[in-house]
Amino acid sequence: METLLEPLQYAFFQKGLLVAALSGALLGFIGVYIVLRGMSYIGHGLSHSIFGGFAAAQLFAANFYILGAGLWGIASALAITAVTKRSRLGADAAIGVITTASFALGVALFAKFGSSGPSFENALFGSILGISPQQIYGLIAVCILTGAFVFLRYRALLFSTFDPEVAAVSGVNVSRIEAMLMIVLSLAILATLTIIGVTLVAAMLVIPAVIARMLTDSFGRMLIYSTVIGLFCGLVGMYLSYYAGVPSGTMIVLVGAALFLIVLAFTGGRGLRRSAGLDAHTDASALAPVIR
Amino acid sequence: MTGIGEGPELIQLDDVDAGYSHHPVITDVNFHVHEDQFTGIVGPSGAGKTTLLRLLLGTLKPMKGRITQSAGLRMAYVPQLETVSWNFPVTVRECVLMSRKSANQLPWASKPEKLQVAAVLERLGIGELADRHIRELSGGQQQRMFLARALLRQPQIMLLDEPTSGVDVSTRHDVLHLLADLHEEGVAIVLTTHDLNGIAAHLPHLVCVNKRIIASGTPNDVITPDVLEQTFGARMEVLEHLGIRIVVEEGPHIGALGGSV
Repeated sequence: METLLEPLQYAFFQKGLLVAALSGALLGFIGVYIVLRGMSYIGHGLSHSIFGGFAAAQLFAANFYILGAGLWGIASALAITAVTKRSRLGADAAIGVITTASFALGVALFAKFGSSGPSFENALFGSILGISPQQIYGLIAVCILTGAFVFLRYRALLFSTFDPEVAAVSGVNVSRIEAMLMIVLSLAILATLTIIGVTLVAAMLVIPAVIARMLTDSFGRMLIYSTVIGLFCGLVGMYLSYYAGVPSGTMIVLVGAALFLIVLAFTGGRGLRRSAGLDAHTDASALAPVIR
Repeated sequence: MTGIGEGPELIQLDDVDAGYSHHPVITDVNFHVHEDQFTGIVGPSGAGKTTLLRLLLGTLKPMKGRITQSAGLRMAYVPQLETVSWNFPVTVRECVLMSRKSANQLPWASKPEKLQVAAVLERLGIGELADRHIRELSGGQQQRMFLARALLRQPQIMLLDEPTSGVDVSTRHDVLHLLADLHEEGVAIVLTTHDLNGIAAHLPHLVCVNKRIIASGTPNDVITPDVLEQTFGARMEVLEHLGIRIVVEEGPHIGALGGSV
């Protein structure tokens, strides 16, 4: 019990714990759609792309770098969506070029001009130090926005994830839903970037959702399980980060990976069968002809 | 209802060229779908059947020409089975509920919507499978579930892409009868098929396609050796049995190969 209570006497840890739990839950929640749409690579690319915006925005608008990085992230998300639909370049290649170029730009800007916000390492691997009240409010706002978006657009999101062509014929504006999902995803990545870290955000988008898929065949339950698993990883990862003295994002992801192995051991072939094909479904470029 | 298309027009394709990545797949299409139509689009693989269906659906923009849909047209689409991941985490009921009216976006369905789903699943003979995961269905049951999802929209026109591909003879028979019943109830039907004897010969109206519309009319009009040769690129013999056209592919006789089957 003392192990649990001892770090809580520090204000930085209390804030860190709250932000880690919310970050894990948020990424776990939105990750269900990302994984089922076969967009895991987009989540990975987007987090790297936002890193470039993060670095650039700090140079040009030090006080508003979160806003700048947010706009950069949304622009990247929409560019990725557009390129994967319209370009003759393969989706993977297009995302690879856009996002790694943006990431490289971020590294170059950090190297040349340094940072007035989070350090280079903290941006890459996450940190619980120096979390401002504004960051906490921002994260809470993104959690509420994401929850409201999924609640109010549940049917359209589910339908366009499962069968975009029939969804479009049935009156769902698939392009708009996809663009809104990308905007919400980029906001979620931005809000969790400082705690989880650029390089590990993508892992937290994928791991809780995959574990949840191994545990259930119900979409509704998968949403709940994935959110709870993300939250659990955030909480446990924070404590381990505190005691092990390693970056928070690293431990959060390691907890997720360990949980994956435990669930795999218990569910065995049934879990693998359920999670089979998660990466093979819905290549965005293949949908190009069907989106209105 | 004759099924050959005499009522008011629902969709009009005029002088349309269409394809993907600037490469036309089908050209010079003039095709009007009427309220009482029951049409089979026939052709070999790669002939442009699905492209023509997507033009009718409005999910593919034409490279040239004009497409007109009647205002407020209620369409339902039954795609090929392999277009979705059958490992997706939904039950049969949840899958059918996806096509409920756009106004209700919330996670849960209303009571009337649940009753509607139960009714269409019963009609399709899969009422007892409502709570099964979609992966557990056979090919025929998956097709019935897609049909149930389409029926929930209470469509004026139903478009189906190879609805009997990969299903057994009994399901094929049931699907054809269901479509005939729907047509009798006033739903226009357009489907694609490459099954000449099992499906096409039994439909009231056919359109033969191979990169363009080769011929259009009743089975007696278009199931002829000349039209089939233009459409499929191979000479076929046409017989008639109990008023139904039967296509026999001309090929090497087993006996001529020296076999003794």
